[in-house]
Amino acid sequence: MPQPGYHAPETVQQAIALLSKEPGARVLAGGTDLIVQMRSGRIASPLIVDLKRISGMIGIRASGDGFAIGAATPCTALKKDAAFAAAWPGVVEAANLIGSVQVRNRATMAGNLCNASPAADSVPALIAAGATCLIAGPSGERELPVEQLATGPGRTGLATGEFVVELRLPARPKGGGDAYLRLIPRTEMDIAVVGAGAALVIDAAGTCTAARISIGAVAPTALLVADAGAALVGSKFDDAALGRMGEAVRAACSPIDDKRGTISYRTDMAAVIARRAVAIARQRAGEAN
Amino acid sequence: MNAPEAKSGFRHVGTRPVRPDGIDKVTGKAIYSPDFVAPGMLQGAILRSPHPHARIRSIDTSKAEALPGVKAIVTADDFPTLKSLMVTMGESAGNIIHVSRKCMAQGKVLYDGHAVAAVAATSAVIAAEALKLIEVDYEVLPHVIDIDEAMQPDAPLLHEDMVTEGVQPRPDKPSNIPTYVSKTKGDVAEALGRAAAVVEGRYSMPMVHQGYIEPHACVASWNADGQANIWCSTQGAFVVRMLTASVLGISQADIRVTPLEIGGGFGGKTTVYLEPVAMLLSRKSGRPVRLAMTREEVFRASGPAPGVQIDFKIGATADGYLLGADLSMKYNVGAFPGNGVQVGLITALYHYRFESFAMHGWNVVTNMPGIHAYRAPCAPQVNFAVESAIDELAYKLGIDPIELRLKNAVVPGDPGFTGGTLGEIGFVECLEAAKAHPHYSAPLGPNQGRGVAASYWINAGGPSVAAVSLAEDGSVLVTTGSPDIGGSRASMAIMAAETLCIPYEKVRVTIADTSAIGFSMVTGGSRTTYATGKAVIEAAETIISIMKARAAGMWGVDVADVAWGDGEAICLDPAKDNQRLPIGKIAARMNNTGGPISAEASVNPHDYLPAFGVHICDSEVDPETGQTTIVRYTAIQDVGRAIHADYCEGQIQGGAVQGIGWALNEAFIHDKAGRLDNPGFLDYRVPVCSDLPMIDTVMVEKPNPAHPFGVKGVGEVPIVPPLATVANAVSRAAGVRIRDLPLSPDRVYSAIKSKG
Ligand SMILES: Cc1cc2nc3c(=O)[nH]c(=O)nc-3n(C[C@H](O)[C@H](O)[C@H](O)COP(=O)(O)OP(=O)(O)OC[C@H]3O[C@@H](n4cnc5c(N)ncnc54)[C@H](O)[C@@H]3O)c2cc1C
Repeated sequence: MPQPGYHAPETVQQAIALLSKEPGARVLAGGTDLIVQMRSGRIASPLIVDLKRISGMIGIRASGDGFAIGAATPCTALKKDAAFAAAWPGVVEAANLIGSVQVRNRATMAGNLCNASPAADSVPALIAAGATCLIAGPSGERELPVEQLATGPGRTGLATGEFVVELRLPARPKGGGDAYLRLIPRTEMDIAVVGAGAALVIDAAGTCTAARISIGAVAPTALLVADAGAALVGSKFDDAALGRMGEAVRAACSPIDDKRGTISYRTDMAAVIARRAVAIARQRAGEAN
Repeated sequence: MNAPEAKSGFRHVGTRPVRPDGIDKVTGKAIYSPDFVAPGMLQGAILRSPHPHARIRSIDTSKAEALPGVKAIVTADDFPTLKSLMVTMGESAGNIIHVSRKCMAQGKVLYDGHAVAAVAATSAVIAAEALKLIEVDYEVLPHVIDIDEAMQPDAPLLHEDMVTEGVQPRPDKPSNIPTYVSKTKGDVAEALGRAAAVVEGRYSMPMVHQGYIEPHACVASWNADGQANIWCSTQGAFVVRMLTASVLGISQADIRVTPLEIGGGFGGKTTVYLEPVAMLLSRKSGRPVRLAMTREEVFRASGPAPGVQIDFKIGATADGYLLGADLSMKYNVGAFPGNGVQVGLITALYHYRFESFAMHGWNVVTNMPGIHAYRAPCAPQVNFAVESAIDELAYKLGIDPIELRLKNAVVPGDPGFTGGTLGEIGFVECLEAAKAHPHYSAPLGPNQGRGVAASYWINAGGPSVAAVSLAEDGSVLVTTGSPDIGGSRASMAIMAAETLCIPYEKVRVTIADTSAIGFSMVTGGSRTTYATGKAVIEAAETIISIMKARAAGMWGVDVADVAWGDGEAICLDPAKDNQRLPIGKIAARMNNTGGPISAEASVNPHDYLPAFGVHICDSEVDPETGQTTIVRYTAIQDVGRAIHADYCEGQIQGGAVQGIGWALNEAFIHDKAGRLDNPGFLDYRVPVCSDLPMIDTVMVEKPNPAHPFGVKGVGEVPIVPPLATVANAVSRAAGVRIRDLPLSPDRVYSAIKSKG
């Protein structure tokens, strides 16, 4: 009865070395997915590599004009960083929909991303915001747009020895605003039936100059729906533009029928929730002008 | 809350003192079943079937036995062969053979999660590893989950020897229908023919689970001399004793069952799943053995509440008098014949004066865990259909839904549910209170709808024993055999203190093990405050008689010249200056005046009265998503008399919340292979706090004349009306009638969509 080994390295290099040595090794951030999955027997890992002792892994710092969020930063800490919370309220809200306060005191956005659940709440918000992740590994560092990390349910493109070191978000553009909404049967402690993130930029006249729309829980991974954003650009969010945006979202959906929702319900709801997220993002963008 | 609030005429009854068990529970010191540890204890684990229906060809345990640390393995072969025998468990009844088969599959597995073998080992990790080494050869059989499919003549048969009881002549072929029941009054077809309005529909709801926070767990220790101890979480230690002794074929007095604190039961902990298995593992290993279910095991392999399919037709005159009801009920009772539709029959229609009715009911077995009691067992399901249809009828006739119910409500003196006549029931009073409540006339916002529903529950009496004794300083010990699941220690202390006219804090209550006090029926059926309370009051009254006699002796007067009041004996003989002897003084001298002062009362009352409740709900439906928000909720109930006001209100709120859960989201979901697809609280969605508004309660007090303080049972009826209350509110808000539960967002959304 092998018990998994546990290591808490103090440098990125040590972590890479541990992860490279043992291909089945798992990174531990908040553990709110990993430990649950190990206890249920869904995954068995010979080696756990805890990131929390590595300096820089917990906390938010300015990076260029934008922000760098250490991979082990718990979701509740995001709320406490006034500059970040003001810049990306949709991302902060998304991360703070996860579980309960107790869960969020441990859970991280990087863990949410690397767990690669199609329903992960912070991921569509990060995608809409244009976030990237910095990956460290045996062959050095690389930076990837968040939407390219997950390759399927529970799968990522991380190679053996690689892990996410930080998430990077740009500065909030002038006239920018973002939002994330999810639909769940209860009011909390639930998994998104659909989720939608929106990040918009509008000019002084109220015309949309840029838009990124992302949807979750309606495809094997969270998606950036370029057509949905394009449908809004140049518009003043009239019904026709919003209708085209909704149609683009529906077209991007390829959900499964399961206990949490049918294909048709999820598809219909993706458009509804995306439209509501856009309305909030637009209001925030307006306030920023 | 918790501020004493004196009620007219009573010193303690109706107040809100702090519960005596409260500190231990909120500080984590209370010992619940998974906390209990016995010296040398082994950890047990159960191997469960991954198939919903299969024949067990063979079980090979040799590799598991060889694993170091494994001390015992048990399979069906270790269980004695039993003769068919019906046993009652308080709120349910069943055949002891089926009780045994719920502990361990014999020959066939009948549901996903059915136990097939058990291991005891020196650690939980070794026990889990040993389970993986047990090889079970299954012949997988076709399974059936759906009621209609199970009733087909060519359906896979769960029990090859089961024929329908209640059908004449007795069928010669086996089926999945263990029970047919019926009851008629008058000519329904003729009566419905005269009706100005008729409503007809099929209503359904899935199997649901009690969802108690604490999973089933026990420790058993069975010695070589045949004597045993069981420590467990249960609503009835005596039921655990009787069932375990019966399943194992041993003497009841050889088993001492100690009930630990209980983290919720709702009826589900009035039977055994683990105890006989832990006993056998203990006998084989010679050591105490713990068995504790995981949440997943609780969902897959304990006793949920039945799903139903109900066809209902109901008609009334133009001015709203109910003419006839035609009711067909099918109860999905899971893998074993159970008490389903039999209770449906007596909880469906008897709150209204129907001119005529015809009721037909079937229990249907399927490859799901066998049902067990869940708060007002089997009543909420049929009430959902009846109270939805009454609502439809009210709107069809243009009559206010409470008014229509008032026109037809039963009153004292009307025929009883199971014979006799109805006593001092408070149904009309509840309906009047609902009508007068500000909630009922408050304005509604956009997309909101209001629903009401009414219901009753029979309640129960039955046997209980209580002992009361004095400590030498005059403080009082009350001992019962009724586990405290809803604040009954506090209620017993209040009733004893009220009777003895002493401070509440001077009374302490203990729940004894089965060897320390005589038999009590389970804490269930809303019987404990009523029946065990009667025993406590009676024993306290005996204590007063003894103390009066002692005081008379101390004063040298006739006992007829001694009265009791204010916690002291009062000498009525004017020659003695109206002297007084407080309880403390009598107690201090008791061992010189005749010995210890202690009394036991054994009661078996049946003068209980049914409970009635009327609920009002405002819901708001998001027309674009089908999501429902419960905006406001008021529960009105005749409680007879509230002994502890907080715990009465707590029962009403808790029942309402569970019922709202059934209405909105709770459901057993099975995949195509017949496996439970949501054995956890993530996808088995009980309401979370933020889903609910404050549940307002109104306690109507129409005392039960047969109880010294007027108690009627309160714990169960509040789960009955919420299903229809919420469904009526949601149907109104959505503008479309929905007859299937749960009212999950996707179902409400498609109903809205289909109305166009
Ligand atoms: C009760 C409860 C409720 C929940 N509710 C929600 C919810 O509402 N919405 C939601 O989206 N999720 C929810 N979750 C899931 C979980 O909390 C989130 O996905 C959380 O963000 C995971 O973060 P973590 O830091 O705990 O990840 P961990 O459990 O530490 O890791 C998750 C996975 O990612 C890997 N990993 C972690 N960090 C890295 C890294 N830096 N580089 C590479 N791989 C990494 C781990 O090896 C593991 O496979 C819930 C979980 C629980 C227990």
